[in-house]
Amino acid sequence: MELGGLLTYGVFFLTQAGIYAVLALGLNVQYGLTGQINIGVAGFFAVGAYTSAILTTATSSAHLGGFDLPFLVGIAGAMAASAIVAVGIGWVTMRLRSDYLAIATIGIAEIIRLAFKNEEWLTNGVRGIPGIPRPFVETLGADPLISLGVVLGFILLGYWMVERARRSPWGRVLRAIRENEDGVMAAGKNVARFRLQAFVFGSSLMGMAGGLYAHFLGFISPEAFMPLYGTFLVWVMLIAGGAGNNRGAVLGAFAIWMLWSATDSLTRELGAEYATQAGALRVLLIGVLLQVILIARPQGILPEHGRRKGSR
Amino acid sequence: MATDLLQLAIYGVVSGSILTLGAIGVSLIYGILRFAHFAHGDLMAVGAYFAFSLVAGLGFPLWASAPFAVAGTALVAVAIDQTVYRRLRRVSPIILLISSFGIAIALRSVVQLIWGPHNQVYASGIQLPWRVGDIVIKPDHVWIVLGAIVLVTALHLFLTRTKMGKAMRAMSDNMDLALVSGIPSERVIVVTWAVGGGMAAVAGIFLGMDTRLHPVMGWSLLLPVFAAAILGGIGRPYGAIAGGMVIGLAMEMSTVVIDPTYKPAVAFALMVLMLIVRPQGLFKGNP
Repeated sequence: MELGGLLTYGVFFLTQAGIYAVLALGLNVQYGLTGQINIGVAGFFAVGAYTSAILTTATSSAHLGGFDLPFLVGIAGAMAASAIVAVGIGWVTMRLRSDYLAIATIGIAEIIRLAFKNEEWLTNGVRGIPGIPRPFVETLGADPLISLGVVLGFILLGYWMVERARRSPWGRVLRAIRENEDGVMAAGKNVARFRLQAFVFGSSLMGMAGGLYAHFLGFISPEAFMPLYGTFLVWVMLIAGGAGNNRGAVLGAFAIWMLWSATDSLTRELGAEYATQAGALRVLLIGVLLQVILIARPQGILPEHGRRKGSR
Repeated sequence: MATDLLQLAIYGVVSGSILTLGAIGVSLIYGILRFAHFAHGDLMAVGAYFAFSLVAGLGFPLWASAPFAVAGTALVAVAIDQTVYRRLRRVSPIILLISSFGIAIALRSVVQLIWGPHNQVYASGIQLPWRVGDIVIKPDHVWIVLGAIVLVTALHLFLTRTKMGKAMRAMSDNMDLALVSGIPSERVIVVTWAVGGGMAAVAGIFLGMDTRLHPVMGWSLLLPVFAAAILGGIGRPYGAIAGGMVIGLAMEMSTVVIDPTYKPAVAFALMVLMLIVRPQGLFKGNP
């Protein structure tokens, strides 16, 4: 590959990894800080992507809207829509054990997937929504580097928000809930409310990632989300990087995305006739990698601050 | 209209039988190990595909290949427990849940690697259905319901009449008391995985008979299976029967009023309703 192609690929790679980093930060609020299990990451991601797409595309008869609004309004809408979905599901499950939340998020992600596929008036069904404008395309142009810069900016924003939350008294309550729920309740805190806040905060970050993804690709359809593998990759990223550590979440996203992309180029060498087997083999490798990490280094590359080795 | 409803009720009992067999496994595992086993749906798929190998590869009739598939899947379940879950048991149930999510994905990839990503069927061609008035009954449906009844009865006898079954119930009811009274917990755990895995294999085979085989067949059934287990009271295998039937019937009957693609949403709605009204389930579980 010549230098120009390599550079283009590098920009593409970093932008995608960056979007995963925002997802990993969102999951870190839910799992890393609070101990909540969300298996529906892809669902919140899809809600964000579709919301931003509908808000920012030109008016079309094929789907709801579009409303032709600016990029930042689309991202804000994406965060709000994911937050609303999170409030609904969180309100029911916050008083219950974390396993119930895990099962409920599978359900909500599945229903979101079915709805986006079948409700053509809303999303144009399997044909998807084309023509989503790149971020700030009117003022800055369509250079992929601009998109990368915007994504990196949002990583910084997300990191700053989550890190501030983690260091704040609010974040300490979340970690206390994770470690000892009864103790926090005895201290007079409303555990269910803190949990709900954390869940909604994390989900809105996932919605933000979805919005970025829609503007970066310019086209979204129900097939574009790899519903389960997307969720799974984010989990492996967070666990590998270090759950509870925001720098770990970002580092894990880039490291695992590099691994995932490397296995992709390796399997492409095998040729088209083995394409499906190669895809399955990649997923299998990541699945085994998760088990190895959980057994051998459960604290991840960058352990959570103030946590003794192997105490989780 | 009345015959339509009766017809749907028959389909509901059939899918309820399949869900029951899956939900019993989930409930047993939850009762003993206190974690939601997310790889259970994919264990079902593994069982279904084991039977498919014997049917398509060696020309076995399906009923004869089922015992091998059950044994094979039970072995896979025990092997996963011994290599992975056993090392994580002391850490926390949440880590076990995440690990089982990874196992689910890995199992599905293995199925896809070995048997390919396409739809498969046990027997091609159309089964001649029986007609009772306007009601259509496929012979496969009768076998599925009868098979489920036999298995559930066998499980009941196992849990109430054998020493191992009683030990399992004791561990599920009160772990500490069971341990101090000298129950061999590791052996009970192995048997739990074998029973849960075996039941999952049968559920998978029945699902394959009822519809078709596909690598995601198990995962797509995971939500209704958990809904059934929660409805019945998670950790309570007898509740799983009631939960499975309610979810199965509700999912099929709902097609009268809503688009059949939203069947999983019905299971989800019932589960959410139960979580709001009575989180411990119909039969008091361990919420």
